Amino acid sequence: MTGHQHATDVAIGHDLLDAAGGAPTGSSEVVVDAQHVDKWFGKLHVLQDVSLQVKRQEVVVVLGPSGSGKTTFIRCVNHLEKIQGGRIFVNGHLIGYRDVAGKLIEDKEANIAKQRQEIGMVFQRFNLFPHKTALENIIEAPTQVRGMSKDEALEVGNALLQRVGLAAKADSYPAQLSGGQQQRVAIARALAMKPALMLFDEPTSALDPEMIGEVLEVMKELAREGMTMIVVTHEMGFAREVADRVVMMDEGRVIEEGTPEHFFNNPTEERTKTFLAKIL
Amino acid sequence: MGFQMKEFLDFTFTWREVLIAALTTTILMAVLAQLLGVVLGLLAALGGRSRNMVIKGVSGLYVWFFRGTPVLVQIVLLYYGLPSLLGFDPFPKQYGNLPELIGGAFLAATLALGINEGAYMSEIIRAGILSVDSGQAEAAKSLGMTPGKTMSRIILPQALRVIVPPLGNEFNNMLKTTSLASVVGVTELLLLAENRFGGTFRPFEPLIGICVYYLLLTTLWGLVQGRLEKKLGAGLNRNEEAGFWARLLTTSRGAPHSGGVR
Repeated sequence: MTGHQHATDVAIGHDLLDAAGGAPTGSSEVVVDAQHVDKWFGKLHVLQDVSLQVKRQEVVVVLGPSGSGKTTFIRCVNHLEKIQGGRIFVNGHLIGYRDVAGKLIEDKEANIAKQRQEIGMVFQRFNLFPHKTALENIIEAPTQVRGMSKDEALEVGNALLQRVGLAAKADSYPAQLSGGQQQRVAIARALAMKPALMLFDEPTSALDPEMIGEVLEVMKELAREGMTMIVVTHEMGFAREVADRVVMMDEGRVIEEGTPEHFFNNPTEERTKTFLAKIL
Repeated sequence: MGFQMKEFLDFTFTWREVLIAALTTTILMAVLAQLLGVVLGLLAALGGRSRNMVIKGVSGLYVWFFRGTPVLVQIVLLYYGLPSLLGFDPFPKQYGNLPELIGGAFLAATLALGINEGAYMSEIIRAGILSVDSGQAEAAKSLGMTPGKTMSRIILPQALRVIVPPLGNEFNNMLKTTSLASVVGVTELLLLAENRFGGTFRPFEPLIGICVYYLLLTTLWGLVQGRLEKKLGAGLNRNEEAGFWARLLTTSRGAPHSGGVR
């Protein structure tokens, strides 16, 4: 876990996943299997035949210009967005729908809620619950959804806060935390559900520059511990360093996919080159 | 002619059984009607967001009717109209061994006030729900919370901040609107005063006397409301909350309607 420059105030070095109660076991099985996903916003065809597989413990970074559909895509993975065509499977379960003779029928809310328990999500704007303290944010879902006892949840919650370097902030409300601290609490909150997959939707885009490092550091640690992750980001350093695979999207399509080496050193697609030239 | 101080003081401050009963009736009616209003308002607000068209329709119809007709008419309709519709009187003078204070007229007026209030509360609660950032529901959902849990644990507690100030205004209003119950013979403060000047032919003194009590009740409520709002501000870093005196001296705080009989 060395070789990286650490962000200033984050004391990591312990297992984030251990804090949450154990890492998923490693193997090459497929966690996310998106097949030919189509989605429209009205007349706008925002996702066009998008297919993507993510294996266990793999970190996939999704890049692309704004409006390319990358955020929409990961929101479909936990059914925050509906899809009109194709299938998305997570751990073998069809997400959000029942397949009735080849037609997609939206599933019951309770079933969708159950599927989402296995999929953590971190939002661009953190979305912490402002009426709850950092610790209460973290124990909310384990106690209310998983039925964990409060004592056990507090133990898990405190351990997670320690791992993201915020043990001292357990009783702070979100409004009393910096953006970087809020995002780290949000990551801990998602991890408390022991998800099999973590989705990151531009987790550092709403942060002041000096806070980006501390959040990326937590994400890197998570990746090293073997969490399966899909990360939508503009942080090229993170993509280069942490990603197992980089996926480039443009105008609702996946246009290029490859290792960071391939992607940053000799991309084949002209649009990828243009995009990288603009951003690097 | 003129103001008779002795009559005013005597009516207002002689602590006697009828006065205590009238005060109790006013307060009890206001509290019960407001509670009923909050419950019905919550149901109607949630019903209005339902995907089920029947539930949605019923909620809309309820709000439309009770906001669109006078509450005085609704009280009279319930008290006089319902017995003729049902063919029996659900509002007798007294219910078994219950105190006479909680008789049929009291029940009819309280129900009518509460049902009317529910229509207004529904709009207030709806606005409160809409005021909560959509990211909150998304975060709750992404953690696997069901729509019910998301609403009760995440959305509504935050909506309260927006709901409580107008709710306070509503209750302030309710304390005064209870005076309408006098028309169906509920001996609340107004009917107490009317009974008095029916005998003395001096209406001014007892009427000013009950104004003292209404002011006392609304002022006390203002204190409670201030504390409630402060408590709800926890963690939200909103230090600009108006204090009690500021609230007392400003008229309406953004309630969808204000004042008196509707």
